[in-house]
Amino acid sequence: MPPVTFRISRGDKTSTEFREYTTEAGEGMVVLDCVHQIQSESAPDLACRWNCKAGKCGSCSAEINGQPRLMCMTRMDMIDTSQPVTIEPLKSFPLIRDLVTDVSWNYRVKKSIKPFKPRKPDAPDGTWRMQQKDVDRVQEFRKCIECFLCQDVCHVLRDHHKHPEFAGPRHFVYTAALEMHPLDTEDRLGQMKHEGGIGYCNITKCCTKVCPEHITITDNAIIPLKERVVDEFYDPLTRLFRMFKPKK
Amino acid sequence: MTQSSLPLPQIRALGETRRQDAWWVQPLLVFLGFSAFIVYSTWAAFQANHYWFAGGGANYLSPFYSPEIFGTSPHALFGPKPDWLPWPSFIPFSPAFLILWAPGGFRFTCYYYRGAYYKAFWGDPFNCAVGEPGFRGKNYRGEHKFPLILQNVHRYFFYIAALFIVLLSYDAVISYIWTTPDGGKTFGIGVGTLVLTVNPILLGAYTFGCHSLRHLIGGKHDCISSCSAARQSAYGCVSALNRRHMLWAWLSLFWVGFTDVYVRLCSMGVITDLRII
Repeated sequence: MPPVTFRISRGDKTSTEFREYTTEAGEGMVVLDCVHQIQSESAPDLACRWNCKAGKCGSCSAEINGQPRLMCMTRMDMIDTSQPVTIEPLKSFPLIRDLVTDVSWNYRVKKSIKPFKPRKPDAPDGTWRMQQKDVDRVQEFRKCIECFLCQDVCHVLRDHHKHPEFAGPRHFVYTAALEMHPLDTEDRLGQMKHEGGIGYCNITKCCTKVCPEHITITDNAIIPLKERVVDEFYDPLTRLFRMFKPKK
Repeated sequence: MTQSSLPLPQIRALGETRRQDAWWVQPLLVFLGFSAFIVYSTWAAFQANHYWFAGGGANYLSPFYSPEIFGTSPHALFGPKPDWLPWPSFIPFSPAFLILWAPGGFRFTCYYYRGAYYKAFWGDPFNCAVGEPGFRGKNYRGEHKFPLILQNVHRYFFYIAALFIVLLSYDAVISYIWTTPDGGKTFGIGVGTLVLTVNPILLGAYTFGCHSLRHLIGGKHDCISSCSAARQSAYGCVSALNRRHMLWAWLSLFWVGFTDVYVRLCSMGVITDLRII
């Protein structure tokens, strides 16, 4: 492969600029390899967060040519190198330096979601019984590696800065995993409607498109949650039926 | 959700992005596709003629006019428009206006279409990671507030749309019954019969893959294993259709328009319906 030119966003919250770096991209290299090579060759002070280099830790999230991606899972032969490759930090979170953003807001939101509350154990030894098909559905959501690419691409956070009133797709996936869990007894629908602002989601499916774990975020997590919110707050017939349904 | 704003850069300008791909193609195609259908279906609804075809003993009714509650064709359920039915004088009466609001409402509130036309028609956003019109900014309301909160009515439109599948299936079935020159009935198949048969199949694949139905039929239960075998199977089938909801949405949209075009052209004598059997 001929030398590849990268335009990497440098700077901190006060100011940023693009700087160009050129490096050799060998066969099988990913963008993160190139960033490391640039660090060792010409920019030792380039800040970049990474850990596993295997697409499982969710640390190296960035925007490559404007697309939210994991740098360690973006092979150089996937991208057009005939023109400079742009690498920027995530746009939905405050910049710390260069390619590193402060994603701690996500952890605060996650903490605020009502935790797992299992029903009483099914057996005297304190264990539960579940059917495989019931846990299969939530198993998909547990693949999330918390890379926050879905949060980054979601226009409600990215373009409308609704962080105070919108939880974002990552936390809808987390809530769906809890809400749909066969053992869970907690009710988080009110929390999702009011504090989580699930109504702000307008189903652009961008979160699903960027998910490196291929979680069907919109169809399997967000829309089912929206439908449960409709059951609980908007559908008069469902509410009427619930009045006559015996309580469990 | 944590009640605190984050110090973020200024909101991006309209269309601002570093994407290098042709991100504008998809919303443009959606815009053109939906616009073409809306313009054609509105025009066809205003025509109030050439919506059924009985030439050569055929028995075709355009899906834009089915069920024909009041009208002048042999398919009209209750005869011509009665005098007691209020109708604004500035709009010519058309049987299509009495029914098209239902499938139109179903598609308008459909989860797939919502995402698609929010992007294509009012750039909310135009595509993933592409800047939006600046005026919206922090005033964005989404489906959290009026008016788009009304999209939550979708499941009620589904109930009506499901009824339409039954009615359009009936139209397909009776298109196999041809009238003989002596006024008798006989089995027959024409190209139009096949066109009318494919129509409810595609519409059914779209309608019964609806996200609301998926929820109502089983998705709302955390323990689907405790539901009856029939419900579990139904949930599996709806989920399978739901995985291709976009595909069914487009195919059925195209075919329902094509069916009207076919019946209309036959009725106008522009094309001849070929009888196969």
